[in-house]
Amino acid sequence: MTRLIEVRGLTKAFGSGANAFQALRGIDFDVEAGDFVAVMGSSGSGKSTMMNILGCLDTPSTGSYHFLGHPVERLTQDQRALLRRRYIGFIFQGFNLLARTSALENVELPLLYRGESRAARHQGAMAALDRVGLAPWAKHTPAELSGGQQQRVAIARALVTEPQVLLADEPTGNLDSERSVEIMQLLSALNQDGGISIVMVTHEAEMAAYAHTIVRFRDGLVLAIEQQEERIRVHN
Amino acid sequence: MFTTSLLLALKEIRRHKLRSFLTTLGIIIGVASVVTMVSLGNGATQSVQEQVSSLGTNLLTIRPGQGFGRGGGARPAYFDLDDVEAIRTQIAGLSIVAPQTSAQATAIYEAQNWSTTVAGTTNGYFQASNLELAEGRFFSAAELAAGKSVCVIGETVRANLFRNTQSLGKSLRLNDVSCRVIGVLEKRGQGGFGQNTDDQVVMPLKTVMRRLTGNQDVQAILVAVEQEFDSATVGDAISLLLRERRLLRQGIEDDFRIFDSKQFSDTLSGTTRILTMFLGAVAAVSLVVGGIGIMNIMLVSVTERTREIGIRLAIGAVRREVLMQFLIEAITLSSIGGLIGLVVSFVATMLIALAVDLPFMFDFGIATLAFFFSALVGIVFGYVPAKRAASLNPIEALRHE
Repeated sequence: MTRLIEVRGLTKAFGSGANAFQALRGIDFDVEAGDFVAVMGSSGSGKSTMMNILGCLDTPSTGSYHFLGHPVERLTQDQRALLRRRYIGFIFQGFNLLARTSALENVELPLLYRGESRAARHQGAMAALDRVGLAPWAKHTPAELSGGQQQRVAIARALVTEPQVLLADEPTGNLDSERSVEIMQLLSALNQDGGISIVMVTHEAEMAAYAHTIVRFRDGLVLAIEQQEERIRVHN
Repeated sequence: MFTTSLLLALKEIRRHKLRSFLTTLGIIIGVASVVTMVSLGNGATQSVQEQVSSLGTNLLTIRPGQGFGRGGGARPAYFDLDDVEAIRTQIAGLSIVAPQTSAQATAIYEAQNWSTTVAGTTNGYFQASNLELAEGRFFSAAELAAGKSVCVIGETVRANLFRNTQSLGKSLRLNDVSCRVIGVLEKRGQGGFGQNTDDQVVMPLKTVMRRLTGNQDVQAILVAVEQEFDSATVGDAISLLLRERRLLRQGIEDDFRIFDSKQFSDTLSGTTRILTMFLGAVAAVSLVVGGIGIMNIMLVSVTERTREIGIRLAIGAVRREVLMQFLIEAITLSSIGGLIGLVVSFVATMLIALAVDLPFMFDFGIATLAFFFSALVGIVFGYVPAKRAASLNPIEALRHE
């Protein structure tokens, strides 16, 4: 089976000359299909830069990144957009839903870019909302939803294209602990029951406790990779 | 991809109705003013042409004196019947030659009186001026030859003297001359040019000369030129003949004036046409300003929607799709503005035409042109903001607050 993500010797520098800032200094790590990886590290450790590169929003300075066996750094900008559209679901700390737009329309958006028909969009989006338990809230706009609900809509939007991997950047960062647990349980269930691979950036140990693999970053380098056998499991 | 972008653009417009309307307002006003100006201008041109042609086409009016003013110097002599006869016999290409003389008089019938103009002329006058009868008849040859006391009255005179009663066959008094009404003219209304033909009493030339003015002066000569002759050439020939008859030596100015209705009509419609073009051009500037308004709001909107664009790019929108979405938004807004502008101009033209009594002439040519121009404005002024939106860096766009 092809490895989902394979990163070798990855570096990323911002700026040039004396002002250059080396965010990543040579990262090696893999994500197997079906894994739940938590990337941990203090701020400035390079974990967000790593996520942007994994999400094909940014390109590495040197090193290689293979996604499902394909070298991503050789793709054009549009090809990377198509890859995001097809294989990657994003979840952000700030939810990043379109304002004044119903939950349903937000979730439909990726399908719209895929060129799906109106009926297919509606069906797909409703199924995704149902999966995060928000089907009754389909017509509500983000302003009418709580933070936890907004993040669920964002998860539904990420799920709707049935991606290979969910990339979550501090998904609970803007939520209180109770909502955070709910979101983590949801993600955990998606991973265990749905078989969806997840890479999540967090700096909270409680959240990382749900992951199977923990990758620790420090100063642009991987400090340690730990497998947690004792991770929190969710049984519905 | 196109339908996706179109769908997104329409959703976006619907989501921000007020902003969309304000964006469009410039275009609405621009298109509406261009089309209204040009349409009204065309109506005015048409109206001028109609009014002048209602005076009679290819009509020459010959009057003594120069210029429009009456003041200054000795008044040149009037014409006489011999002049009329000379024109009739010596100038080729004339269908009608009608001498005219007039006097002011108070018309009295029973208890009503009305101060009006009495014109003495021949039947040629009615024909040349396109005047028609509402009832009765024109003068007979015998009445003209003998200078009988009969008259054809205008509608204003009839209404003021006879009200709702029968006027044909009744006798009215003009100063101390009594005359019998044999015809009533069709109402024409104030034409704006020349005298009001509704407010006059027309009598045979001889009758007026003998009973009212007491002289043989012909104050004006109306000449209708046949279709195949050029009115300017005929006018020159008449001018030459009259100079000879009035013993004007070379180098001395004409002491009479030939007023050519065709030339007048051409000049007037030329003027209104230029005016229309001028107003249209001024209005076109406002259309361009409207386009700049669209660019303005779209640019602001790109900044305001930076985060949204970042989200779209992150979830897999290709840059071309973002470009198309913004471009289509701009084009849709300007086209909708164009359409609303057309409706507004249609209504405005109709109302204004009604209010100032102009013919309603909606110019579909300029309407089409203005509409396509508004769409073009959308493309031109929508491109810069769209390009900017599409070239945003998704990471930075997502971080944008």
